[in-house]
Amino acid sequence: MARNVSIVLQDTADALPIIEAIKSDNPDAEVQNMPSLVRIEAPGKLVIKRDSVSERIGRDWDVQEIQLSMVTLSGNIDEDDDQFVISWQ
Amino acid sequence: MSIQIKGLSLEPRRQTYSHIARRFGEDRPATRYEEATYDIQAVTNFHYRPIYAPEYEIHDPSRTAINMADWYVFKDPRQFYYGTYNMSRASMNETIDRHFKMVDERGLLDQIDAGWMQKVRDYLIPMRHYEWGANMNNILICDYGYGTQITSAAAFCAMDRLGMAQYISRLGLAIDGNTGEALEQGRTDWVEAPYWQATRHAVEDSFVIQDWFETFVAQNLALDGVMHPLVFGEFDAASQSHNAMGITLITQFMTDWFKDNNRWVDAVVKAAAAESSDNKKLLSGWFKTWRGRAEEAAAPVAGHVLGDQAGAALKTVLDQLDARAGQLGLED
Repeated sequence: MARNVSIVLQDTADALPIIEAIKSDNPDAEVQNMPSLVRIEAPGKLVIKRDSVSERIGRDWDVQEIQLSMVTLSGNIDEDDDQFVISWQ
Repeated sequence: MSIQIKGLSLEPRRQTYSHIARRFGEDRPATRYEEATYDIQAVTNFHYRPIYAPEYEIHDPSRTAINMADWYVFKDPRQFYYGTYNMSRASMNETIDRHFKMVDERGLLDQIDAGWMQKVRDYLIPMRHYEWGANMNNILICDYGYGTQITSAAAFCAMDRLGMAQYISRLGLAIDGNTGEALEQGRTDWVEAPYWQATRHAVEDSFVIQDWFETFVAQNLALDGVMHPLVFGEFDAASQSHNAMGITLITQFMTDWFKDNNRWVDAVVKAAAAESSDNKKLLSGWFKTWRGRAEEAAAPVAGHVLGDQAGAALKTVLDQLDARAGQLGLED
């Protein structure tokens, strides 16, 4: 069993499409709602894809925009123009 | 001693408005676009019929021949509500303001060949009247249209058109040294110059279309689909050999806007055509009529500006428009 990785996002209108995108791209992810925060955990790996978020917000989403909603995370990050991947390496 | 702060989680009784929860079949947090758009249209308990058209209710889906089981399938891919619309346009406006400043500082308008400058006055300044016409038409769609997805986006589109007319006015004032002479001449050209009369005729005829969905197809698909790529695309490409970089910078808003607006126009036409074969027939018929009018309207302007290159430029533009209509499901 792989160790869990996690990301915590603010529970805001801006983060809503990111959370939706994570849920649909990562079927193993478990979402916990906390007061004003949303914690998402998954075994081994979490992927946040630019295309999935862009589709939901109706404009081109820059992967760096995730910084505006992110509170914390655990795992190693691999970030490029198209996706933001959290995993243990 | 360590202090543990305990968080108490309060589950909200509902995640969104009831009408939004009913529409999506679940009580989940909704986006602002969804909350500001879906099922906002007033549908019942109208007291008085309009005295100028007593055969209709004040909001009446039968004002168009297009039939829809649900008027909320026209999702705007840009998801514009007041907030997102303003943010998007404010950043576009900032760019153009910078361009105006740069054009002014470097004297880019003075570098344009004198002969071509006259052409710019001939083709670009009168376009403010075309944009004003497009503003009128989109306000009409907002007024008589049905379903907030169409009417609110049409209101945004109408404001864009007014904004573009103002950019053209601002360019006119920059050209004539703030005397307003270029704008006066532009109006005279729009009303009197022979090469503008077919366009003016088409625009004025579009004002008296009775069906607002036909207005939508005529203005936003057919007329814009020819005039915008011709004036801001083909004419602009031709102007590069005449040192007209300044004009390109100032009209960049129009080229950016055209791409942006088409995403919405395409989504609306595609959804209406996909609803039924009757809709498809109506839309195809309207498109055919107004594409013809747009071609007639554009030909003399293209001829005046591009001379013997006009035919090729017009063909490029029309081929693009026809390919787009094909993708939207319209038939010949």
